[in-house]
Amino acid sequence: MAEAARPVAAAEGRAPLVSLRGVGKRFATGTEALRDVSFDVGAGAFVSLLGPSGCGKSTILRLIAGLAEPSAGDIRWTGTANGARPADIGFVFQEPTLMPWATVFDNVRLPLRLRGEGKSAVRDRVMATLRRVGLEAFAAAYPRELSGGMKMRVSLARALIVEPQLLLMDEPFAALDEITRSRLDEDLLALWQAERWTVVFVTHSVFESAYLSERILVMMPRPGRIAADIAVGAPYPRDAAYRTSPAYNAVCREASAALDAAMAGELAR
Amino acid sequence: MSERRDEEATRTRRRWFLAILVPVATLVVLVGGWQLYVSLSGVAFYILPSPGRVFETLIADWGILGPALVATLTLTFEALALAVVGGVLLAVLMAQSRWAELALYPYAVILQVTPVVAIAPLLLVWVPSTQAALLILAWIVAFFPILTNTAQGLKSVDHGLLALFDLYGAGRWRTLIHLRIPNALPYFMTGLKIGGGLALIGAVVAELAAGSSGRGSGLAFRLIEANFRSNAPRAFAALVLLSLTGIAIFFATSLISWLVLRRWHESAALRER
Ligand SMILES: Nc1ncnc2c1ncn2[C@@H]1O[C@H](COP(=O)(O)OP(=O)(O)OP(=O)(O)O)[C@@H](O)[C@H]1O
Ligand SMILES: [Mg+2]
Repeated sequence: MAEAARPVAAAEGRAPLVSLRGVGKRFATGTEALRDVSFDVGAGAFVSLLGPSGCGKSTILRLIAGLAEPSAGDIRWTGTANGARPADIGFVFQEPTLMPWATVFDNVRLPLRLRGEGKSAVRDRVMATLRRVGLEAFAAAYPRELSGGMKMRVSLARALIVEPQLLLMDEPFAALDEITRSRLDEDLLALWQAERWTVVFVTHSVFESAYLSERILVMMPRPGRIAADIAVGAPYPRDAAYRTSPAYNAVCREASAALDAAMAGELAR
Repeated sequence: MSERRDEEATRTRRRWFLAILVPVATLVVLVGGWQLYVSLSGVAFYILPSPGRVFETLIADWGILGPALVATLTLTFEALALAVVGGVLLAVLMAQSRWAELALYPYAVILQVTPVVAIAPLLLVWVPSTQAALLILAWIVAFFPILTNTAQGLKSVDHGLLALFDLYGAGRWRTLIHLRIPNALPYFMTGLKIGGGLALIGAVVAELAAGSSGRGSGLAFRLIEANFRSNAPRAFAALVLLSLTGIAIFFATSLISWLVLRRWHESAALRER
């Protein structure tokens, strides 16, 4: 537990895994989704992207994942061995995005299967990953037999099975109820502390970002830009008490104010 | 827990029972009404034979109708099998290559919208073997729904899943095998159900169009032949066999669909209450 108590200074002192420099994205429709976005994501950091709908949060994740190309600027992988995008990126979408025809086991196994690894060779790994998200009893179930929260856990397990260096999460729990969401937030934090992947977590919830992250990047829309960069100093592990602490409240206030200012600036234009 | 289960089983059994009992009761009422009408009105048997007489003819003329049934069934299933192979292969080709889609799809549509009865005389002249001509005609009718439904299923893949396959570097082939094809299964099954019924219709239309120029062995041919000879009981018997064939195809394709999809697809799964 001692090693889990990481002050934010350490987070800022980390070498960056990936750096965005002057990144812009304009779609063929003419929509300028991002303009001049620059930030570093430290290796092992938990960074949240917080902003209103349509400000380009998903677009940033897609660019980092290599699912789309920036139309300006570049993305540098300074923290990987060969300077290239790592092959083991986990992506959790807003929806569970499971294959309805496949069991929970096969859904989680998918990334390994796409790499050509056989079923029996990975059985233990898949089961171990399911255990980590608390779903080992449901390996043989089909997605339609699961609750919304359980489906999100499967989606998380599928992202974790590749032992990702980088985990990209796009409002993963936004569609869930408050109780399930905070439960999953806690589980995610526990996993992150144990395994130390780098996380970029998209959310539109001030509270969620304040609870989870070491650092909050507040975004403003049209075109999407970074409006504020807020460090969250509170140490981990963060338990339920943290959610009522003055430090947490201060972060929430700061993030809300930054969000309001960003929106006001937007409205004034 | 087990009480629940029993209750569930009872309800399922009752549902099945009703699903069979009600249509059968309808059939009994209709056939009974038919028999009653024929007996009371005294209508001539060569205009409207009674159900009893049709049944007798079915037995008596089995020597002619049996082989005719086999011939029509053979034609139907050969056409359906070729439609499945052709429809699926073409759908995969079109899903994999935009060029193939641009080049082929319009002609698939033209083939479909041109009434098969109008093509039949030409094909019968061009194709040396009548049997082959019949097969082509039935195939034309059956393959289109299989093609369009399968193509639709191959294309309407969840974008998130596509992104995921991209992320893990799946490539075209693995995306086809692990994503597009399973996704297309329910669509294909719909196409199969429609195509199965249409294969029979195609076979009948082809036989009718071929008329006397064929070997004249199919059920549809026997039906018009009986009509020409004012042998209404045999025409009805042939009609009954055609209907039964259609019903059997419908049930067979529905069963296949249910067996394949029941574990995961909403259409096949029983709704929990
Ligand atoms: N494929 C696309 N083609 C054209 N425009 C797009 C595309 N994807 C996104 N956009 C536009 O880019 C902008 C940013 O979209 P993005 O999905 O990144 O927003 P977001 O911050 O994730 O919003 P939300 O919180 O609602 O998910 C939006 O204005 C959207 O209309
Ligand atoms: Mg989004």
